[in-house]
Amino acid sequence: MTGFGDAIAYLNDPLNWTRRSGILELLGEHLAISAVAVLAAFVLAFPVGVALGSAGRGGGAVVVLSNVSRAVPTLALLTLFAVSPIGFGNRATTIALAVFAIPPILTNTYVGFRGVDADVREAARGMGMTRRQVITRVELPLALPLVMTGLRTAAVQVVATAGLAALVGGGGLGRIVNLGFGQQDYGQIIAGAILIAALALLTELALVLLSRVLTPGPGRAALLRLRDRTVAGQPEPTASGVPL
Amino acid sequence: MLSAGVDAVLAVDEAPNPWFDGSYVADNWDTIMGYLGEHVRLTIGAVLIGTAIALPLALLARRSRLLGGAVLGLSTIVYTIPSLAMFALIFPFTGLSATTVLVGLTAYSLVILVRNFLVGLQGVPADVQEAARGMGYGAVRRFWQIELPLALPAFMAGLRIATVSTVALTTVGVLVGHGGLGQLITGGFNANFYRAEIVTGAVGCVLLALVADVVLAGVERLLTPWARAGRA
Repeated sequence: MTGFGDAIAYLNDPLNWTRRSGILELLGEHLAISAVAVLAAFVLAFPVGVALGSAGRGGGAVVVLSNVSRAVPTLALLTLFAVSPIGFGNRATTIALAVFAIPPILTNTYVGFRGVDADVREAARGMGMTRRQVITRVELPLALPLVMTGLRTAAVQVVATAGLAALVGGGGLGRIVNLGFGQQDYGQIIAGAILIAALALLTELALVLLSRVLTPGPGRAALLRLRDRTVAGQPEPTASGVPL
Repeated sequence: MLSAGVDAVLAVDEAPNPWFDGSYVADNWDTIMGYLGEHVRLTIGAVLIGTAIALPLALLARRSRLLGGAVLGLSTIVYTIPSLAMFALIFPFTGLSATTVLVGLTAYSLVILVRNFLVGLQGVPADVQEAARGMGYGAVRRFWQIELPLALPAFMAGLRIATVSTVALTTVGVLVGHGGLGQLITGGFNANFYRAEIVTGAVGCVLLALVADVVLAGVERLLTPWARAGRA
């Protein structure tokens, strides 16, 4: 098979991992950019989602935002930020990725908090809880599964999209693929693709496990009861992003 | 020459570089239309092939729980693979051609469509199916006259999401030189950060996605006259 053997050879060479601008350095860069972007998006989007969802207002705007964001190519946004006065590089990449991480977090937080049963909210208020206590002790635990879904969607999307930054002068693991295309080195292209795909899948897996641990109630043991689960299709949620 | 460039290292700082430029669009109309044509062809091709594969797959997946679980699990994995990696992994087989992009886009539209098709088919009430069977409908007639109309809203929702996503994803095809309007985006970047070209490509993609969505919404309206009658 053309290139796949070369890819294994590339990945097996320790120097490719440890040298300057090697896999480890690029991986660190990739993860740092992604983490900052997701964190920034969460800090911006989560309070807004809580405020809107808790008050039950602004649903139309949230839906429009999440639908329009689906139509905007991530490559376009990455490029636009790179040619803006910010200049290309990791800062522009991080901002573009943070912008893309906002819709899934905002939408899922909004839906999660809006979905809290009005009776439960009323009961909490009747027990003498303040508005802050209602949000942190009653609404947040109930909305947590959806909040985590939003965070997971955003994180996987950001980790995946960060690879594209290399096309417009950014860093991260995409550099390996881009360099491979520049040098017509099939092995390097495939090795980079394998690394990026593995990183995205591992991110998804890690966050699924994290949300299982964080979610209170019977959902926590869901991994053990996998066999009892009936197979039901999930519609593609409008809030989730595009696998870029 | 070198000493003059100390303060303004990039040409981008010296020459005017507007974000919007009507004359760029007018001067390069044929080039833009060529890329737009490729973009539309790739999108339609990917969604059509995706539909042709997803429909039988959803019908099969509905029959057995094991198969349904396998299809859904596999589709989640495919959906998680970044497009850059996807195109790079297909590239050794099909080379620097539009086929590489088409295969990758088809894979993504396929996994979106198969989920929505499955949801639509599972949403057909069991007693309706039973009634149809009791009236002597065969499997084929039951599908065309009972299940398909009832599952149509879910089908169309899937088609709209798949189409809009595919329009956005096509731009990543620049990796192998066939990214439709995405060629303008990276082309402008490589042409000394020429903003007008980049913005033209980006705005073109968004407009194309919105037009496609509106067209499919219109088709859905035409195909489901009963939904309108109920609302009026």
